[in-house]
Amino acid sequence: MLEVLFNNRIECVAVILFAVGYVTLLVSPNMIKKIIGINIMDSACNLFLTSIGFVYNKTAPIVVNGDTSMNTYINPLPAGLVLTSIVVGVSVTAVMLALTYKMYEKYHTLNLNEVYKINHELEDKEK
Amino acid sequence: MKSNWFKKWDEGNFDLTEETAKSFKINTKENKEKKFKPIEKIVEKENKSFEMIYPVVAIGLALVMISFFLYAVTKMPMFGDPNTPANSSEVIKRYIESGLEETGAVNIVAGVILDYRAFDTLGESHVLFTAATVVTLLLLAKKEEKEDVKEKEIMETDPILKIAAKVLTPIILVFGIYVILCGHLGPGGGFSGGSIIGAGLILYSVAYGTERIKKIITPKVYKIITLSALCFYSFAKCYSFFCGANHLETIFTTGTPGAILSAGLILPLNIAVGIVVSLTMYGFYCYFTRRHI
Amino acid sequence: MSFCLNFPLFMIVASLSSSVISTLLKGKTARILSLLLTGVCFILDLNILLYVVNTGGSYTYMMGHFPHPWGNELKISTIEAIISTLFSLVLFLILLGGKESIEEYVDDSKQHLYYALCDLINSSLLVLVYTNDIFTGYVFVEICTLASTGILVLRGNGKSLAAAIRYMVFALIGSGLLLFGIVFLYNITGNLLMPNLKESIINLYNTKQYYLPLLTAMCFISVGVAIKSGLFPFHFWMADTYGSAIPASSGILSGIISKAYIFFLIKVIKDVFTIEIFKASGISNIIFVLALFGIVVGSISAIRENDIFRMCAYSSAAQIGYIYMGIGLSTTVSIVASLFQICAHCITKPALFLSSYHLSKNSGGSSRFKALQGSYKRDFFSTVCFSQGAFSMVGIPLTAGFMTKYLFGMSAFDYTNWEMLATLIVLIISTILNTIYFTKTVVRLFTVDENIEKKFNISLQYRIVGILFMIVNFGLGIFAKNYIDVIFKGLNLF
Repeated sequence: MLEVLFNNRIECVAVILFAVGYVTLLVSPNMIKKIIGINIMDSACNLFLTSIGFVYNKTAPIVVNGDTSMNTYINPLPAGLVLTSIVVGVSVTAVMLALTYKMYEKYHTLNLNEVYKINHELEDKEK
Repeated sequence: MKSNWFKKWDEGNFDLTEETAKSFKINTKENKEKKFKPIEKIVEKENKSFEMIYPVVAIGLALVMISFFLYAVTKMPMFGDPNTPANSSEVIKRYIESGLEETGAVNIVAGVILDYRAFDTLGESHVLFTAATVVTLLLLAKKEEKEDVKEKEIMETDPILKIAAKVLTPIILVFGIYVILCGHLGPGGGFSGGSIIGAGLILYSVAYGTERIKKIITPKVYKIITLSALCFYSFAKCYSFFCGANHLETIFTTGTPGAILSAGLILPLNIAVGIVVSLTMYGFYCYFTRRHI
Repeated sequence: MSFCLNFPLFMIVASLSSSVISTLLKGKTARILSLLLTGVCFILDLNILLYVVNTGGSYTYMMGHFPHPWGNELKISTIEAIISTLFSLVLFLILLGGKESIEEYVDDSKQHLYYALCDLINSSLLVLVYTNDIFTGYVFVEICTLASTGILVLRGNGKSLAAAIRYMVFALIGSGLLLFGIVFLYNITGNLLMPNLKESIINLYNTKQYYLPLLTAMCFISVGVAIKSGLFPFHFWMADTYGSAIPASSGILSGIISKAYIFFLIKVIKDVFTIEIFKASGISNIIFVLALFGIVVGSISAIRENDIFRMCAYSSAAQIGYIYMGIGLSTTVSIVASLFQICAHCITKPALFLSSYHLSKNSGGSSRFKALQGSYKRDFFSTVCFSQGAFSMVGIPLTAGFMTKYLFGMSAFDYTNWEMLATLIVLIISTILNTIYFTKTVVRLFTVDENIEKKFNISLQYRIVGILFMIVNFGLGIFAKNYIDVIFKGLNLF
């Protein structure tokens, strides 16, 4: 089994990074750490996708010298999916950062649990 | 002392000193005069029990997930094998063997994302547009004059940045335009070229200040160019899908492979996508630093 | 090929372009554009529905010059047409009737952005319903998440900001799992279009090759969508989010968007995994148990609430539990029941949110039950609308809610073991609990105080919207047999 893991080492690294990023997103109360977790998670997905398409001894899918046989090029489809995934990751990071900026402006803290507690205290005062 | 500070930073519970606040242009006096203040002491006492649990839970959960994933990876297709289901399917066969003659693009990936699976790319450009809209509605504020004056002071004391930008910005912009235009002939395309041009615009804005770049990119120009590029993209793709589904011929031909004006719609779409991405990146920078374009 | 099969393409491109154009217009013009767009979408969808029901077939529409598995496709059949019609109608009614809430809470300079985001939501709903490709579904799920965070945050106060951040974090947790599941599926099959995925998965299951990655992929996709739409352990973000947002946004989110995600999951289960493999893997049992907990816990939490919006939010969690119960039982009748419950909840919940807004506005702006007492005299119309929605949730005959409970009861009889008993017991308990909290509210609204306060005027637009919601609800309840027959026919070709 260790041999199999070593042969698939890129996929192993990708799933470890995914788990690390996902747990950071879930558990950490600091907003910036959550955003870092989202980025690690997205990068891990992209790494996994890229490693699906690779084949040994073949080159990038740009046609050279009119050679269009399947034995010369790697799989071009995951590269397209990774492009889409990177753009989605950038958009999500931008929106989360804007939300964090606004939250810091209003509450002067980056800790989500504190923000909820402040809201509860304000609600109790209103009652 | 040190570990206390680290713990506070780790959880985001820090309060700015006056000097750091000034350098980040946050007005602490204004914030203190607002109606509510962070209620620190009550919160800190209750948090201590949770503080102990977080690291244990996090590490435990991560270890469980990692072991399960590694076990699943051993059951998956091998890396680099040409006979895996993904690498030997009929989908890839047609993309590689007939990609050049059906789409006209020498770069097969550009043919895949802008011709075979063009609907995904249409959605993806609109994800970027959605993010730009949400950032606009969150961060758009009326401009303050104090900020521009401070920026001028910073700018005029930094000659290295100006000289470097003077040399590098034209090179970056030209390289970006090359990457966009030759997206169907080699590696590149709208998204990568757009990011490069966006980076060039940001460098110019940082080095020379808001006033100079505002002469070219005013808010109105920004909006109109982005929106017309996106609308052109949607309508061109609508025409292409309509012709495809009803088995009609489009007016865009594939041309000779290897020439710049070839590959049907791929070149105009790359240009549209490049414009949108570059202006969106520049827009994100503007909203985050000065709250307006 | 008939011309009306081109309509989904036109609707999608029109929604995307009109959202782009709306960012240049002013608030009122953007609103008129959105209303026009959703109205036209409703008429075109009705056209498609009539055509598909008359010819009785299901069609695939090529997006581009290449058929599946090389290019993207849309799938147009009875079920997609019905659900898409209903979604367009409900979005149109919410935008028409929610005018006052949007104008009150959203800044004047940002109103056009609200309608731009609603157009983006419209386009992503259309794609989630009609798509035949799993990766396109993921991209438009992301559009939907970002746009719904936008309409939540537009209220402008701190509480809605915190709620929007919580919503976005949970949505991202779900999307991350969904993407990873799709990546696993691609790794073991090499396809992304649903018909081809189905063939590959049936092959893989019969030869028992790559079984563990297949199971993992199924689990991730189900759990990802469950987190985003609010199944039992992941439902506690709903109360804060729906309780502190603009009521029109709460209506859109709870009524339409979560249903679109669940419909996408039903589509993936039926078209990609096939119900037999999904049942054999055991994931459906887990979903069934979680759904039962969700129904009971949601109802109990709703009883304890003092605020009308939060009560409606928890009742949403309970009703979504019904839909997941149907998915967990995994028979044809139970999936028909889930689809019917999607339609019934989709037309009831936004009506409840909009009428609650008017009730609270005419009771001094507070949404607590103490303040709402006696609304019968102040605001007769909204009280009647709210009561009709409440009766539908409880399950009084002649409303839509009654037929869903009847169908779920019928589907329980396909089993002869503990699942049947559990379903029937939970149905009875949940009906009793629903009755408790809704009757409590309705009785409170109708008890009148000593002094009769002044009567408030309701705008014409909300009157039309309220009456239309009630008519559609009764229509769904009375003509349920025809509706269910159409769904059954559509499922066999699905």
